[in-house]
Amino acid sequence: MDVNKKIEEIINSSEVVLFMKGTPEMPQCGFSMVAVNILKHLKINFNSFDVYSDENVRQGLKKYSNWPTIPQIYVKKEFIGGSDILKEMFEKKELTKFFLDKGIQINK
Amino acid sequence: MAIKQSELETLLKNAFPNSVIEIKDLAGDDNHFSAKICSSLFKGKNKVEQHKMVYKALKGKMDTELHALSISTEEK
Repeated sequence: MDVNKKIEEIINSSEVVLFMKGTPEMPQCGFSMVAVNILKHLKINFNSFDVYSDENVRQGLKKYSNWPTIPQIYVKKEFIGGSDILKEMFEKKELTKFFLDKGIQINK
Repeated sequence: MAIKQSELETLLKNAFPNSVIEIKDLAGDDNHFSAKICSSLFKGKNKVEQHKMVYKALKGKMDTELHALSISTEEK
């Protein structure tokens, strides 16, 4: 299967999708852990994909989003950023409004 | 994977002249840095675009030579 097709399938699998290193239960990198913790803190339903499980997706994703690092967060198919941007929005108290504006359920 | 802090600084200074650039070595292994950049070049750009400008400045070294870079950008 064409890697871009697989990437899009993953992105379409949920309203919020987190490409990460490892899993939410066992993050394998500090930046991925930060992203997971923020999404868990806001109690947002999200799908995650462990890029260590598929090297083609890991490399293909960099071209797909023109973003060289992991994690990568997608909301309703739109690339939102990596851990730094998610953390900055969270710390500036912009994230809750952002998700609500996108029609994403937050149950704090 | 590793890159000297001085090289990282040069790459960022070349891409962001007349800007405030603060680099911190997070682990002492030439592989984990943070970079805070305050530049007028970010004006009118959203966060993703600003961070992409920083990655572009690294000329392909991000995630190939440099393992981790925590980025913070600000418009001047």
